[in-house]
Amino acid sequence: MFSLPTLLYLSAFLFSVGIYGVLARRNILVVLMSLELMLNAVNIALVSFGRVHALTAFSGEHGGQIFTLMVLAVAAAEASIGLSLLLVIWRRWRSIDLRQLCQLNG
Amino acid sequence: MDINLLWIPLLPFLGFLINGMLGSRLGTRSVNAIACGLPILSFGLSYAAWSRLLSEGTELHWNGFPWIWIEGLVEIPFALHFDAIAAVMCMVITGVGSLIHLYSIGYMKGDPGYHRYFAYLNLFTAFMLILVLGDNLLLMFIGWEGVGLCSYLLIGFWYEEDANCAAGKKAFIMNRVGDFAFLLGIFLCLAHFGSLDMSTLTDSEMIKTLSAETLTVPLLGSVSVISMIVLLLFIGATGKSAQIPLYVWLPDAMAGPTPVSALIHAATMVTSGVYLCCRLMPLFEAAPAILTVIAGIGACTALLAALIALGQNDIKKVLAYSTVSQLGYMFFAIGVGAFSAAFFHVVTHAFFKALLFLGSGSVIHAMHHEQDMRKMGGLRKQLPFTHLTFLIGTLAIAGVPPLAGFFSKDEILFAGYQQGFLEGVDSAALFWGVSFVTAGMTAFYMIRCVALTFWGESRVDSSLEGKVREPGGWIGFALFMLAIASILGGFLNVPEFLGGHATLGHFTGLHHASNLPEEVVHAAEWKSMFLSLAVAGCGLLLAFYCYGKGHALRKAFTNSGPGKVLGRLSVRKFYVDEFYAAVFVRPLETISHLLFILFDRILIDGILVTGTALMTRSVGNWFRKMQTGFIPGYLLTFGCGVLLLIYMMLSLIQQGGAQ
Repeated sequence: MFSLPTLLYLSAFLFSVGIYGVLARRNILVVLMSLELMLNAVNIALVSFGRVHALTAFSGEHGGQIFTLMVLAVAAAEASIGLSLLLVIWRRWRSIDLRQLCQLNG
Repeated sequence: MDINLLWIPLLPFLGFLINGMLGSRLGTRSVNAIACGLPILSFGLSYAAWSRLLSEGTELHWNGFPWIWIEGLVEIPFALHFDAIAAVMCMVITGVGSLIHLYSIGYMKGDPGYHRYFAYLNLFTAFMLILVLGDNLLLMFIGWEGVGLCSYLLIGFWYEEDANCAAGKKAFIMNRVGDFAFLLGIFLCLAHFGSLDMSTLTDSEMIKTLSAETLTVPLLGSVSVISMIVLLLFIGATGKSAQIPLYVWLPDAMAGPTPVSALIHAATMVTSGVYLCCRLMPLFEAAPAILTVIAGIGACTALLAALIALGQNDIKKVLAYSTVSQLGYMFFAIGVGAFSAAFFHVVTHAFFKALLFLGSGSVIHAMHHEQDMRKMGGLRKQLPFTHLTFLIGTLAIAGVPPLAGFFSKDEILFAGYQQGFLEGVDSAALFWGVSFVTAGMTAFYMIRCVALTFWGESRVDSSLEGKVREPGGWIGFALFMLAIASILGGFLNVPEFLGGHATLGHFTGLHHASNLPEEVVHAAEWKSMFLSLAVAGCGLLLAFYCYGKGHALRKAFTNSGPGKVLGRLSVRKFYVDEFYAAVFVRPLETISHLLFILFDRILIDGILVTGTALMTRSVGNWFRKMQTGFIPGYLLTFGCGVLLLIYMMLSLIQQGGAQ
């Protein structure tokens, strides 16, 4: 099996990719996907720690795994809301380009 | 019968309240009845109080109520007192005042501000009566300020014209200068006498103890308290009574309706300065140095005003300068210690000057508000009654016996003569000379006024042809009554050498018996009388030959060198207004403008108001740029913030671990 540091590196890598996607991409859809990527990176970190702790001091506890399930549920809800907002934005402005959607500038 | 003194000023005040608040809804008749009826009632009350004073010798007193009252420190009651001087003044104010109210019914007919006019006139009467009846200086000051207010309101009565408003403001501001000195005088009285009651201020013991005390005043050095009080009160009087240097407002005050000029700016208000001096006679007599100043100012004012009156073409301006000149006479009399003569002249002057003003008002009314004498002439035919009464007034002011002005002016001139030549006071002799010359000029300019207005060929504008008619009714009635008073007024105080008893002087207690032997005084009185008759006669004749019969003499004089200079100076009023404008008004305006620019425009408007707005806006502009509306930008900021928070938490944990 993979060791904890390896898993954490993977998590950090995915998180960074997600951040890059959120900050650099113009398409809202891609930004939302990147957001999911960041959530899942966190999930990986959580289950990794959960596994390690189950083997050591906190035997019998599955906090990491349970929390990951919860994150998945919330992420699903968030994704549905995000996508419906995306639909509304598309209907309203016929665009999902973040650079064009900056009516809030001062 | 018990007379409550309060009703005397209260009745006209009620008239003011009723006409002022409801006048526009009342009809003209009701306004007339209230406006004229209440002062007449007040006259009746004054008469009742006066006859009580004559028969029983009781001076009525109204105790009123405590007004400004700090136990043992400042105790000023609101009290009225009716002594002989106040009695005479009350009779003059309510008597002449009522006549002028009646006259105004005719004069102001159809004016849009009819009820407003009468409300002000009633208010004036009320304040004037408070001034006269007030038993302490502060109450007198209330009346003093009140009449000033009414004067301002009535000068600017026709406020649609800027010039009238400017004249009102000029009067108010110039009076304020004098009033300030008056107020300082009141404070000084309160500080040293401890009371403002007339009885305390005229108490000879108090005055004697206080004349030893001195004050150190900037510019004047060490001055006795009494002198300082008298000087300040006199400066107050120069404002209200139009003396040098504060006289220039009075001629401008002629912008008001003519009955106002007659009542306020000739008969009553402007004499209140003289009244103040008479009321406080013992105080003034204790400051001989200041009395000399008063005599000098009075004589110089009389001369200057008479010189200016020679060259005026506006009929009311002539009368206005004549008033200033006559007031100068009164102060000259006070300065030489003849309070009785000054007060007598106040009374007779009230009669004949009111008559002259009302006569000029009758002319102006008939001429449809034309005041320039160059556009009159020959009005004797159209206005015979006005001409007759005006001529009576003219002869009275010129000092023709036995009219009112003869007795009073003769008494004043004799007082100067006595002090100057019998008692050998040089300054008094000089000032007597000035007043003596002025007496001749008075006769001259008044005859000139009559000649230009009523005699000679008509220069009336052709549009008024056949429209000039004698105003009858109340106007005629007032003229008639005042003409009678001007003829008979002098007999109030016939001097002893002419077989009289100086009744008024004894009644008011202002008369002083001379220390000199009786024969010397009587001989001097005859001499002085002939001198003043001679100079008045010369003035009359000269004017008659200059303006009445032929103009050769006048043309010869006005074409000569000194005649040209004098004429120009007289017409331009000796450039005093220009001088004041250059020395006081314009520097003040410049400084005000500078301060306006510096403080209002730059500091308050610029820095404080606009500056705050500009600062907020620029800060806002600067922060606005942060709101790009670009969502990844927000996220980046958010991410950086989170990183910062994590860093801080970690460093905190580390610190905690270190401890």
